[in-house]
Amino acid sequence: MPERAGRGLTLTARRRRAAALFLAPMLLVLACVAGWPLLRSIWFGFTDASLGNPGGARWVGFTNYLEWLSYGEDDGEWVGLLADAEWWRAVWNTLTFTFVTVSVETVLGLVVALVLNAKFPLRGVVRAAVLIPWAIPTVVSAKMWAWMLNDQFGIINDIGMKLGLLSAPVAWVASADTAMIAVMLVDIWKSTPFMALLILAGLQMIPEDIYEAAKIDGINPVRTFWRVTLPLAAPAILVAVIFRALDALRVFDIVYVLTPNNAETRTMSVFVQENLFQFDQFAYGSAASTLLFLVIAFITLGYIRLARLNLD
Amino acid sequence: MKILKTVGFYLLVALILLFSVFPFYYAVLTSFETGTAIFTPNYLPESFDLANYAQVLGQGFFPRNILNSVAVAAATVAISLLLGVTAAFALARIRFRGRKLLLLTILSVSMFPQIAVLSGLFEIVRTLGLYNSLASLVMSYLIFTLPFTVWVLTTFMRDIPVEIEEAAIVDGISPWRIVTRVFMPLMWPAMVTTGLLAFIQAWNEFLFALTFVSNNSTRTAPVAIALISGSSAQETPWGAIMAASVIVTTPLIILILIFQRRIVAGLTAGGVKG
Repeated sequence: MPERAGRGLTLTARRRRAAALFLAPMLLVLACVAGWPLLRSIWFGFTDASLGNPGGARWVGFTNYLEWLSYGEDDGEWVGLLADAEWWRAVWNTLTFTFVTVSVETVLGLVVALVLNAKFPLRGVVRAAVLIPWAIPTVVSAKMWAWMLNDQFGIINDIGMKLGLLSAPVAWVASADTAMIAVMLVDIWKSTPFMALLILAGLQMIPEDIYEAAKIDGINPVRTFWRVTLPLAAPAILVAVIFRALDALRVFDIVYVLTPNNAETRTMSVFVQENLFQFDQFAYGSAASTLLFLVIAFITLGYIRLARLNLD
Repeated sequence: MKILKTVGFYLLVALILLFSVFPFYYAVLTSFETGTAIFTPNYLPESFDLANYAQVLGQGFFPRNILNSVAVAAATVAISLLLGVTAAFALARIRFRGRKLLLLTILSVSMFPQIAVLSGLFEIVRTLGLYNSLASLVMSYLIFTLPFTVWVLTTFMRDIPVEIEEAAIVDGISPWRIVTRVFMPLMWPAMVTTGLLAFIQAWNEFLFALTFVSNNSTRTAPVAIALISGSSAQETPWGAIMAASVIVTTPLIILILIFQRRIVAGLTAGGVKG
C-alpha cells in the first residue's frame, strides 16, 4: 500500500488520502447500484420507455403524470397517473396500512418493551422468542398466516368459532372487507418485535435512580409511566415510529404474497411492480415509483432532522 | 394485590410468547401432516409424517433454490463486509471535509425504497446480460446491505479507544495495515453481528429476486415458496408449503438463538429495517 509514495506528506494528509482510497470502492458501488438506477428510473418516468426496449426511450414530458386527452371541440379528459383512480386507491391503501400498522405496533411494541425491561427469570427466553417473527422471511410469514387464515381449514376461524367470537367462518384473505385487515395483521405480527427492541433500547437509557426516587416519593407506577418513562423514552419511540413508517410505506412482499391481484390491498409498491413487469407499462410504472420515492425522501429528511444523529 | 400483579405480569408474558411463537409452531405442526389430517385444525402434534419434506426436497428445484439463496446471501455479505470495514474506518477514524454529508447520504440510501430503483436496475441487469443470473441479485442486494454495513460498522468503530490506534500511527504503520492488523481483530464481533444481519436481509429478500430471475433453477428460496401452488386454489399444497417454510426458517431461528444478544445490539445500533 502507499507507504513509499506517501513519503514527504504530513501524517494528516496521508491519512486523508487513505480515507479517499478506502471510500472510493464503496461509493463507486453505491453509485452504480443505487444512484444511477434511481436517476434512470426517474428519467423513464418522463419517457415512453417499454419493458422490451428501455434503452430506446424518448422524452414525452409530463404525459405519464398528467395529460389532457382531447376528443375534439370541448370534449376530453385528464389521463395519467395523477388522474388515475387506481393509483390514488393504491396511495390510500398504503397510507391506511402505514397509519394503522405503525400505530398498533407502537402500542404493542411499547408493552413488549416494558415487559422485557423488567427483571424476571424467563427474560432471555422471551427476548429470543420475540425475535422469531422478525427473522422469519416475509414471504414465509405471509404464507403461514395465509394458511392460518384459510377460510375452510384455518385455525383462526376454528379458534374464533370455539371461543364464540365468530358465528361462521370468515374468508379473511379473499373477502374485500377483511383482506386489508389480514395484511395488517401479518405486518403487525412481523414488525412488533423490531419496534419493541428499538423502544427497549430507549427504555434502557433511562437511569435506574429516577425510578428509585419516584418509588421513594410514593408515586404510583401508572403515574410514573406517564410522567417519567414515556417522556424520557419519547425520542427513541419517535425514531422507531419513523423507521417503521418508512418501511411500511414501501410494503410489497406481504401484499403480493397474501392477497395477489386485489384492489383492496394493492399498495404503491405493488402498483409500480405490476405496471413495470406485468402490464408492460414501463414508463408509467417508473413515474409512479418516482412519486413513491419523493414521499419517502421527504420523510427521510424529516427523520434525519428529528433524530439528531450522532455523526461525529 | 402483589400476587395479582405477578399473575397478571406472567399472563402478559405468556401472551407475548404465544403470539410470537404460535404461527411458526403451527407451521411445523402442519408440515408433519398429510392427507386429511391437514384439513382438521389441531393444536397439539398428532402426526409425524415426513412426506412433505420428502416431496419438497426430493423433487423439483427446491434444494437448488436453497443453495441459490445461500450463495447469494454469502456473496452479498462478503462484499459488503470487505467494502464496509475499510469505508467505516475512513468514516469513523479520519477527519475530512464532507464526512457528515457522506454519512447522511449513506443513511439515506439505506432507507431507500428499493422499488424506486427497480426500473433503472432492470435496465442495467439486462444491459450487462445478468437477467436470470444470481449475480444480478448479489449486485442489487448491495443497495441495502452495503449502506447498512457501513453505518453499523462506523458506529462500532467509533467506540474503539484512540490509544489503540495511536501506538500504530507512531510506529509509522500504514492505514491499510492499521485496518487489517489493528482493527480487524478488534472488530470481528461487530463484523459477525453486522454480517449476520445483512445475511438475514439478503436471505429474506423478495422483490428483486422475483423481478430479475424467472427460471426455476435460478430462483431463490423465498420466491420458490411464494410460487408453490396446486392446480387450483382448492388444491394448494399447504403441507409442502409449510415444510418448505420450516426448512428456510429454521437455520435463521437457530442463528438468532445463538447470537441473540449481538443481534439486539446490532439492530439498535443500525436502526436497521425490519
